[in-house]
Amino acid sequence: MSTPTTQAPGGRGLQGSVRQRRADPLFRVVLAVAASSVLLLLAAMIIRTSIEAWPVFAKEGIWGFLTGTEWSVGTSRSEVTGSYGAWPFIYGTLLISLIAIVFAVPLSIGIALFTNELAPNWIRRPLTSAVDTLAMVPSIVYAFVGMYFFRIEVWAPVGQRIADTPLGEVPFFSGPVLLSSYWSAANILAIMILPIITAICRDVFAQVPADEKNAAYAMGATRWEVMSKIIVPHSFSGIVGGTMLGLGRALGETLAVAVLIGSTRDMTSSVFQPGDAMTALIANTFQDAHPEAIWALLAIGVTLFFITMAVNIVARLIVARVNLRVGGGATV
Amino acid sequence: MSTPTSTPTAATHENRPSLLVTSPNGRRRARISQLMTGVLLLTVLAALVPLAILLWQVISNGWGPFSWEFLTTVEPLSYRDTGGGYLAGIVGTLYMTGVAALISVPLGLAAAVYLNERPKGRYASVVRFFTDVMTGVPSVFVGLAVYALLVSGSGGLGLGFGTLAGAASLAIIMLPIVVRSSEEMLRLVPADLKQAAFGLGARQWQTTLKVTLPAAAPGLTTGVILAVARGAGETAPLILTALGAREVVLRLTGAPQADIGLLMLDGFRQPFEGGIQRAWAGGFTLILITLGLSIIARALARRSQI
Amino acid sequence: MDHRTAMARDLDHGQPPDGAPDEQAAQQHAPGTEPAHHAVHISIDQVSVRYGAFTAVRDVCFDVPRNAITALIGPSGCGKSTLLRTINRMNDLVPGATTTGAVTYNGEDIYAEGVDPVEVRRRIGMVFQKPNPFPKSIYDNVAFGPRLNGRKRDLDDLVEHSLRRAALWDEVKDKLAQSGLSLSGGQQQRLCIARAIAVDPDVILMDEPCSALDPIATLRIEELMKDMASEYTIVIVTHNMQQAARVSDLTAFFTVDMDNERQERTGVLVEIDDTDTIFTNASDPRTEAYITGRFG
Repeated sequence: MSTPTTQAPGGRGLQGSVRQRRADPLFRVVLAVAASSVLLLLAAMIIRTSIEAWPVFAKEGIWGFLTGTEWSVGTSRSEVTGSYGAWPFIYGTLLISLIAIVFAVPLSIGIALFTNELAPNWIRRPLTSAVDTLAMVPSIVYAFVGMYFFRIEVWAPVGQRIADTPLGEVPFFSGPVLLSSYWSAANILAIMILPIITAICRDVFAQVPADEKNAAYAMGATRWEVMSKIIVPHSFSGIVGGTMLGLGRALGETLAVAVLIGSTRDMTSSVFQPGDAMTALIANTFQDAHPEAIWALLAIGVTLFFITMAVNIVARLIVARVNLRVGGGATV
Repeated sequence: MSTPTSTPTAATHENRPSLLVTSPNGRRRARISQLMTGVLLLTVLAALVPLAILLWQVISNGWGPFSWEFLTTVEPLSYRDTGGGYLAGIVGTLYMTGVAALISVPLGLAAAVYLNERPKGRYASVVRFFTDVMTGVPSVFVGLAVYALLVSGSGGLGLGFGTLAGAASLAIIMLPIVVRSSEEMLRLVPADLKQAAFGLGARQWQTTLKVTLPAAAPGLTTGVILAVARGAGETAPLILTALGAREVVLRLTGAPQADIGLLMLDGFRQPFEGGIQRAWAGGFTLILITLGLSIIARALARRSQI
Repeated sequence: MDHRTAMARDLDHGQPPDGAPDEQAAQQHAPGTEPAHHAVHISIDQVSVRYGAFTAVRDVCFDVPRNAITALIGPSGCGKSTLLRTINRMNDLVPGATTTGAVTYNGEDIYAEGVDPVEVRRRIGMVFQKPNPFPKSIYDNVAFGPRLNGRKRDLDDLVEHSLRRAALWDEVKDKLAQSGLSLSGGQQQRLCIARAIAVDPDVILMDEPCSALDPIATLRIEELMKDMASEYTIVIVTHNMQQAARVSDLTAFFTVDMDNERQERTGVLVEIDDTDTIFTNASDPRTEAYITGRFG
């Protein structure tokens, strides 16, 4: 197509100059590469860590690694000599995350209902910002204030109260109540995941059709009845999605847990005693670890990645489906 | 007028009690509703009280040791000693966050433009989905992965601990936030504007760089600032990538880098008053940086809506 | 209809409304006395609604007779829906909305101190523009209100009765467990009527109940309304003048009062009268203009 006009000065021909015509395809390639970088990074991260961790999985077996309870670190630079059972850490992570969810979900639902349905207009925005601010506080600050204030003034005393009730007879709630414990770690997690669950709840509650709420009001439902019988049931899957997102955050939270869980190798049955968690183990032992132990930490990291990934994917699928359904309904 | 349809019937609805006479059931329900209003208010307090305590603790404990000396000197050799400051950490945090922003912002914006140009494309939805998922990847795992990819000599690039590795881990954490917030903002740019540019004979790259991005600039800035705030507040991945230092480090690679969070972690886990004091001031600095950035971001967002 | 106290007050001209007939009507039927049929059931006295600084509807006065159908018509933006929502205090739910004036129901001011809006809505039910069944089964939709009221037993009879009353029973009796959303639009709207009836109100407000329905479904709802008028006082807002002419006993015509200086549009009542009179021999020229299609 090299007719003379293409070379005309100023690109007056309809074909334009070759350089200009190539600009857009090039631009699109750059954009596509940038978009793909997310996928490439995810793939690179998981592949590299899995390869590095492989010797540990190979020695213990994947099942053995996940369920083993003995963690004694070797000092080799080239082979796996210690024994690596991750169950105490997986158990700790799951336990504190679940407790955090139990505390945070009802609170989040309550905050979102209050913000959307009860708060006067002028207070909504400040309230929303305040809760969002909780998400902006760095986790090292949570860890610090948790260690020097909350565990001493709030969590341990409350834990002691619980251990003193008949519940204390149950091994799960038995004393003594220590300052650094599953309990303290779970409590800080509850505060830290509150904002994200609240944000999702606010969004899904706001999507409940006004028609439905009005229908219930017109039948003489009270405000609480509209909230509990219309808004919450209508938002159920969104709440589940928000809960899963919060769970994902709790599973992966590192420093606050590393500082507050107490880091002992023994799995204790009481929540008021110290334990350990996957993220805490990585953060607390990495700096002094021999190469062999680093592989083991990478194996813990890979395990953590797959658990949080599964939780996050389920959460995102639920949240996406909720939005889709609402969007579809709105266009009708 | 005749009464066409309304034949009088048995007076089932007449002689009803006054509106003021509520049934016991109605009273009970009204009480429950009031009670639950109180309960919901308590849940709000359950979030606001910890926030207030947190900020109060950091400000009241951190304000005292926060000083010019704190900002301009490095820590003394022993945690027992008072005085000294976090200069090394402040430099390291700003340095790594800055480099991370240089990596993640252009990349994230380009990815957002890609997603915005194909709102319904299949590949775009896959990317969008995994970007969302990536916001949930534990930051400590990102640290491990960057260690395995960049720091470690066996199989990785072998760059060693340092600024670049730390910045890379922060960039990976910031990237999905930049992508998703930017895409939301780009979507708000009216299609007419782009059509107008195309109508004037602008090419796609010209339209994007000269029309779409500038039109969305205030919103994009908000998203970027929030992502930077998030990166500046991250500490966990830096344990595995920057490692920490006590001196000011300006090298990009080859020497471990300091960070405010890392210095705090070392300081407040030691039973020495000097280190703890400096950690409070460090916490105060971090809160200033992250909350300051997020307040700026929100203010920008508010202005751009008007 | 000699008890009718339709006061067509032309507020456009700023005439001070004299409330005497309304007061008389209200006093005649104070609680405890035996109200005659077609006695005043609801009396609206100088009602205005403001949203912030904007006045949506101003100084409306008229009476709604018992067990009859009263239609509110007028061009869009004339405040008829807003006015309808003052009758069961639904406007209370709109942030920033203030209602002034008095709405008297069975001789009681529903805006009086100590009146619970929830109690008002239990007596004065409402059907909305778009059919809005809850995403629950047909049975649970109808049983929703009674359950709120603490009724746990004998719901079957009540559900059947309400569905029969809404002329829906024969169509749904075999699929009560199906979702209310599985019904056609017209059926959904009758389900909403059944749901409103189940709470045992004596007034039912209908806000353009047929605007989302096809003509056949519309006719069925209209027949149902005529049938229900023997037991219920019905107030219907409609865009459709033919519908008002077909079903209502009384018609109130609203219009928009333009204030050019303040750039404000406010709804006002022009007149209320027998439907026949409104449609054949309206006293206000604006009503006639609207009805004959010269404006609207």
